[in-house]
Amino acid sequence: MTLSPEEYTAVRLSLRVAFWAVTASLPFGIVVAVVLARGRFWGKTFLEGLVYLPLVLPPVVTGYALLLLFGRRGVLGPFLAERLGIVFAFRWTGAALACAVMGFPLLVRATRLSVEAVDRRLEDAAATLGANRLWVFLTVTLPLMVPGLLAGAVLAFARSLGEFGATITFVSNIPGETQTLPSALYTFTQVPGGEAGALRLSLIAVAVSMLALLAAEVLGRRIARRLQGA
Amino acid sequence: MSLDVDVFRRLGAFTLQVTFRAEGGLTALFGASGSGKTTVVNIIAGLVRPERGRVVVNGDVVVDTERGMFVRPHRRRIGYVFQEPRLFPHMTVRRNLLYGRWFTPRHARDQSFEQVTDLLGLGPLLDRRPARLSGGEKQRVAIGRAWLSSPRLLLMDEPLSSLDTARKQEILPYLERLRDDSRIPIVYVSHSLPEVARLATQVVLLTDGRVSATGPVERVLTGIESSSILEARVVDHDDVFGLTTLESRAGRLRLPRVELSVGAVVRVGIRAQDVLLAVHPPGGLSARNVLPAVVTGVELQPGAVAEVKLCAGGATLIAQITRETVHALEIAPGRPVYAIIKAVAFDRAMLASDAGLASGAGSDIINV
Repeated sequence: MTLSPEEYTAVRLSLRVAFWAVTASLPFGIVVAVVLARGRFWGKTFLEGLVYLPLVLPPVVTGYALLLLFGRRGVLGPFLAERLGIVFAFRWTGAALACAVMGFPLLVRATRLSVEAVDRRLEDAAATLGANRLWVFLTVTLPLMVPGLLAGAVLAFARSLGEFGATITFVSNIPGETQTLPSALYTFTQVPGGEAGALRLSLIAVAVSMLALLAAEVLGRRIARRLQGA
Repeated sequence: MSLDVDVFRRLGAFTLQVTFRAEGGLTALFGASGSGKTTVVNIIAGLVRPERGRVVVNGDVVVDTERGMFVRPHRRRIGYVFQEPRLFPHMTVRRNLLYGRWFTPRHARDQSFEQVTDLLGLGPLLDRRPARLSGGEKQRVAIGRAWLSSPRLLLMDEPLSSLDTARKQEILPYLERLRDDSRIPIVYVSHSLPEVARLATQVVLLTDGRVSATGPVERVLTGIESSSILEARVVDHDDVFGLTTLESRAGRLRLPRVELSVGAVVRVGIRAQDVLLAVHPPGGLSARNVLPAVVTGVELQPGAVAEVKLCAGGATLIAQITRETVHALEIAPGRPVYAIIKAVAFDRAMLASDAGLASGAGSDIINV
């Protein structure tokens, strides 16, 4: 099975977008997960709702919201472009942002569960040994969260690979820039004679997703075994 | 070293109001389950905040509600061995042991890794992970980990309670070495009389969230759980009959031979039910321990039993006899009697080296 240069570009772009979407949202995901798992503050339910909203909202709505916020004429777009030089509109970075937002609930959910599973008595023990809160988090909480964090990251990665609605609404479908695998696939289905390409891309999507899940499973098992001390 | 605790905290219907002072050595916080022992050590460690009160370690205030002071646990340099080992599962034994060292200021690192691992017998375990250790090994690692953080005070919350009898016997000698070699003052929570009698230098007795007695082991623990604690010195071994003679304030005691050198100081626990009373000097008896004493109190208990408190040469002994005997022998305060204890009633299971008794070194506890 050989891919046309177009298809190859789309696959590569998709991987890049998904990778950066997950990598960039990881720190935020950890912070939000810890805050939701441990924090008690006013407006927690609201934050929770906001984080999980993309899960239930039509993706097009999320994409449109991103357009309103980060578009060239959006609320934050001009500011980010002029002051920080960050442009999302019609760039692959925008696709990554859309994927990050769509994958965020999955990342946070799995991570939060892993935070809740960490034995807080171990954190107390670390504190009596002289570790301040940051050290306790970095040396005890975070390592023990890794399996859940990994699961969340893989889910978010897979979600990013499949992201279509929000991406196409926000950054359109520009070959080489924002045309990710699903967008390319969609384009193939819209033109006569595109069936073969659509099929190839579908198979690749299945293969990549499957691979990601398997890798996560193997890695997760290995880490879990290490944590249990074998 | 000194530790001053004066704290108040409410937990639902339970009120904790505890005031005590501990000097060096091993201070046992002794009391029934639910008497508030764990909460007290959690307050000392900084894991629980008192509603009111203060805790002072070596003159350093670590919490004082009146002045709004609260030093976070990680800045107190107070080691804590919990009921469960709480080892970090993702680290090897070595990294667990060295965890606290990271955070100890260089000049305060007064415990040598080799010395501590040797003393606790951890050498062969260093590269294992906690999941592959036995319960006793885990608890030893936990003790070493707290010790190696060079604490100025070490808290131990029933460190043996999760272990079976054999494992307890395995750990006890290590605790004694820790007490004798480390020079770190220890606050040791327990509800086990033999453990406390064996390890403690002084006892703080907690009852329902309050301190009901505090002081030397002999004085505080006599009368608890119907037994008396006597401090005694080994004076002689009889190899022919396999006996050891002890000298205590109450008089000479003979018991089956114990492997201790002459001059060693021991604590002897005597169960009240093993003590007989006679009003005349007994003759032709098989029991070898006859101690002259004076009755100082009689407590009639529900049922047939009475507990008689005796003063024998300044030491307190407790005897359990029937109420009927109290009546028949006219046992009353002031009456001179003879307390009789069978030599074979001495149980050697509780033998151990001591807790800073008068002689300082090489002393032991024997429970009868």
